[in-house]
Amino acid sequence: MRVLTVKGVRIDNTFAEAFGMRATALTITADTARWARQAAVTMTGFATSVIGCGCEAGIDCELTVKQTPDRRPGVRVLVFATSTAELQRQLQTRVAQCVLTSPGSACYAGIEGEEALKLGNALRYFGDGWQVSKRFGAKHFWRIPVMDGEFVCEATAAVTKRAVGGGNLIIIGRTSQTTRAAAEAAAAAIARVPDVIAPFPGGIARSGSKVGSKYKGVPASTNDAYCPTLRGAVKTSLDADAGSVLEIVIDGLTSEAVAAAMRAGIAAIVKLGPKRGAMRISAGNYGGKLGPHHYHLRDLLP
Amino acid sequence: MKPLTFTLRQRPDQRLDLSPLVPHLISGRTTAQIERIELQTTRRRVSVGDIFRLRIGDADRIRIEESCDRLDRIGYAMTGGEIFVDGDVGVQAGRLMAGGSMTVRGNTGPWAASGMKGGLLEILGATDAFLAAPLAGEMVGMRGGLVIVRGRAGERAGDRMRRGTIVIEGEAGAYAGSRMIAGSLIVGRKAGPLPGFLMKRGSIVLGDGCAVMSPTFVDCGYHELLAMRLWAGIVDPHSKKAAALLRRPLQRLAGDMAVLGKGEIFIGSRN
Repeated sequence: MRVLTVKGVRIDNTFAEAFGMRATALTITADTARWARQAAVTMTGFATSVIGCGCEAGIDCELTVKQTPDRRPGVRVLVFATSTAELQRQLQTRVAQCVLTSPGSACYAGIEGEEALKLGNALRYFGDGWQVSKRFGAKHFWRIPVMDGEFVCEATAAVTKRAVGGGNLIIIGRTSQTTRAAAEAAAAAIARVPDVIAPFPGGIARSGSKVGSKYKGVPASTNDAYCPTLRGAVKTSLDADAGSVLEIVIDGLTSEAVAAAMRAGIAAIVKLGPKRGAMRISAGNYGGKLGPHHYHLRDLLP
Repeated sequence: MKPLTFTLRQRPDQRLDLSPLVPHLISGRTTAQIERIELQTTRRRVSVGDIFRLRIGDADRIRIEESCDRLDRIGYAMTGGEIFVDGDVGVQAGRLMAGGSMTVRGNTGPWAASGMKGGLLEILGATDAFLAAPLAGEMVGMRGGLVIVRGRAGERAGDRMRRGTIVIEGEAGAYAGSRMIAGSLIVGRKAGPLPGFLMKRGSIVLGDGCAVMSPTFVDCGYHELLAMRLWAGIVDPHSKKAAALLRRPLQRLAGDMAVLGKGEIFIGSRN
């Protein structure tokens, strides 16, 4: 495989393979930024991978009082799932259990689109008959009486079918400290890109997986080709100097947003350099036959 | 392009039905065709040419000048475009309006915005009774759109309204929001006796209380609700006064308990 080197960081001539997903965005507000963040963090908890969590969710960005419908501090949350039905199920349970319950919160649609998911239209029944429907202009809201006043929630949220899940960077370094530093720099850069999330803890996954397993009924298992401790025992993808590998998985509302995030991540890793950060960047794919979106690293260089 | 302008020659000697003079019915017609449109409400025929001086222009923007209170049903069922009336108008201005905008620089007779479905009706003067209300025999009044009245409104404003928003910046007569099914009604100043009489659902906001409050409304305390802030944001471009009222702490009264009781009256200050 031909290898490119940018400022001492080797970049594999390979590509990340990603899949089409269904996604929605929400704007969650509260009286203070702390409580808006709290509701968003709670709602996007246990949402790292569709394999085990049903959806992938995370915080896109924080919103100022000028950017929210009710002029309060807010957070924009993105939720990705493999089907509209699953997205609806996840949205409903997560908003009901995590946003409705959070002090002073309100919840609004964060993107526009033609196909709608039920938001307030599903949660209104919590009002036990005391819920109030209000149409202000073109928007439809539900007011649900709760113990600290009222929970205001937009009736529907739009779903986009142009979303992409599974953009990724595999970051390979000499030690766990330097690899983590590179991954942190990349995750921080990706967090600043609009319309994308990195759903794993802090944006970083240490247990990248491959499809299938030697055990029956296990859909995914450890990516042994990238496990440094198995370097001699399996058909490895690692060089002799690799001591630690981390992965960043990226979901975006559009393919362009995923590409922009990968570009920002690569730029941050290259900027840190091979001494303090990673010495090599790769990407995960399945041979190019499964996912329709291919992001070639050579096209995303800084 | 200039608006299509109708200037009243003199006060007509009978009430006139101006319902054919709306953008979607006028556009594409020649001056001669427009002048032949009949407007009479008695056996004596009156056509547009007899009563108005016509200045040809964009039919999507209609102006009626020197208007008087004998011109009824202006903007009837209009679906788009714009009507501006300089002067008073008669009954049922903007009745069954579904889109577009209409402004009346003057006062209107009763049943303005009756059964309105969409669009914007602004009345710079006062309006008579039954604002946005259904006609006799109809089940539902206003069911969408926005009505702004800068002056006072007569009795039963918002009667049987189903959806949409009414803002009355001045006072309102007796029974404001009577028999409301749902929707939103703001009265900037004081309302007459028994607002929300037999209302089922919907919200009424009274800036300065009312003459007599029905005993079938129950006090739910003072609150600053988020929904009011959202509502204020929507109303703000049309009425700063109404938006300022919605941002104040408001006393919530639930009712009318004589019927369903899912409605609410908000009061801006103690009365």
